[in-house]
Amino acid sequence: MTAVGELELDLDAFEGPFDLLLTLLLKEELEPAEIDMAAIVVAFVERLAERDELDLEACGEFLVLIAALLELKARALFPDEEAELAELEPEEAAEELARRLAEYRRMKEAAGWLAERLAGERDRYFRVGPAPIAPRPERRLAPQDPQQLAASLRLLAEPPPQVSLAHMSLRFPPVSQFLERFRAVLRRRRRFDFDAEVGSLSRVDQAVAFLALLELRKAGEIALEQVSPFSPIRVSRPAARPWSATAPSGQSPAPPPPDAADGTPADGPYSHTVPPAYAPPAAPQERADERGQETRNPSERNSEWIARSA
Amino acid sequence: MDRPLRLITANPVDQLARTLEALLVVASAPLSIEELAQAANDDPERIALALGLLSDRFREGRSGIVLEHVAGGYAYRASREAAEACGRLFERPVERGLSQAALETLSIVAYLGPCSRPEVARIRGVAADSAVAGLLERGLIAEAGRDDGAGGAVRYRTTPLFERVFGLESAAALPRLDDLGETAADIRERLHSVAVGKTA
Repeated sequence: MTAVGELELDLDAFEGPFDLLLTLLLKEELEPAEIDMAAIVVAFVERLAERDELDLEACGEFLVLIAALLELKARALFPDEEAELAELEPEEAAEELARRLAEYRRMKEAAGWLAERLAGERDRYFRVGPAPIAPRPERRLAPQDPQQLAASLRLLAEPPPQVSLAHMSLRFPPVSQFLERFRAVLRRRRRFDFDAEVGSLSRVDQAVAFLALLELRKAGEIALEQVSPFSPIRVSRPAARPWSATAPSGQSPAPPPPDAADGTPADGPYSHTVPPAYAPPAAPQERADERGQETRNPSERNSEWIARSA
Repeated sequence: MDRPLRLITANPVDQLARTLEALLVVASAPLSIEELAQAANDDPERIALALGLLSDRFREGRSGIVLEHVAGGYAYRASREAAEACGRLFERPVERGLSQAALETLSIVAYLGPCSRPEVARIRGVAADSAVAGLLERGLIAEAGRDDGAGGAVRYRTTPLFERVFGLESAAALPRLDDLGETAADIRERLHSVAVGKTA
């Protein structure tokens, strides 16, 4: 690799001696596809012309190298078949080439035959139209009674029953209505039973009444008692109201004041107070859970409802 | 040649032949014996017999309408002697401008089909997209499923119209590939002789 290797190249993708180009290509630092092979040949031929003598050895070397480069480039242009073809021995590759040529040759001959055939059939005229509409399969019906048809029609002709939309317009009575009512009841009586008082009302009314009850309890106007969950709620006048005067009447949950009336620590604004004597024989853990459920979640929702109905 | 059947005027086959005539004149594509048998509500063997009768009645030199066995069925066409007159009024648009590439693609699909565009490209060595599109538009080939595997290429096959345009009774009427020109062995020999000539 003397004369050829020192051949200086000035290509778009590479500038330097031919030797270096080969090294870079073999190290795969250059893509063969980027190299203009024709430019290399031109450079070599120009060099030959300058020398004015035919160096057969250099020419031979150059031919071998440029052929190898061309093969590299050609393979890179067909990446899919590269692996397949690269594995082939030269004899196998020649065989494959011959097979493909033969295949194409046969198809070319077949195309020639078709062209001849077409020319021969040029005077055959025939109708080409859209495909005829296929007859629809006949649908057989069971024997029908006209009276039955009339009855079916009559059924359809009847106006549909009026659909009640009553449930769509759910109306909440104002909480204030129940506030007044409970205050009035407590003016007459020391205590009353909540369930007995609202038992005759609708579900929605009962719910609003309960909100009113909570509101009154929050303001300290009443005291609530419930022996156990789901047992009747007893409403009574409070024994003492040390904090009622300062309690805000708004919706924000008031700070839990010490409930001096029954001597038990208050758990929250809406908690039911349970005298120690009536304490159910439940584990402390269970009690805490149950209390949490009854106080926390409804309190959030209740304050929202109050805000809306106010 | 008069068949003995035609001598009997009230022959039931003659009556069947008239029914087939009517069906064939309405049809725009070749009708198979099975289709004719179903429409005429008759036996396929008697249909074949009646078609023989009609083929004799409608043949070149005897009638302007010719009954031909084409594309797996039977169809009427104009007689060849009327081709010139037909050509003044009608054209055969299907074959106008069928390029060499289109014909090669068509023969690959006809012989190796159903086959996909990549297969055609592999044999011809160049992309077959426009040739396939042109043949599809002419109705000479049609889609026929996909290659196996996910995202397989669309496969194509020739249509009955292809057989009709080229006057083939069926796809089997194509000549055997072996009868057409060089085989792989011939080419190998030629390659070998070139190689020997070079080294010599």
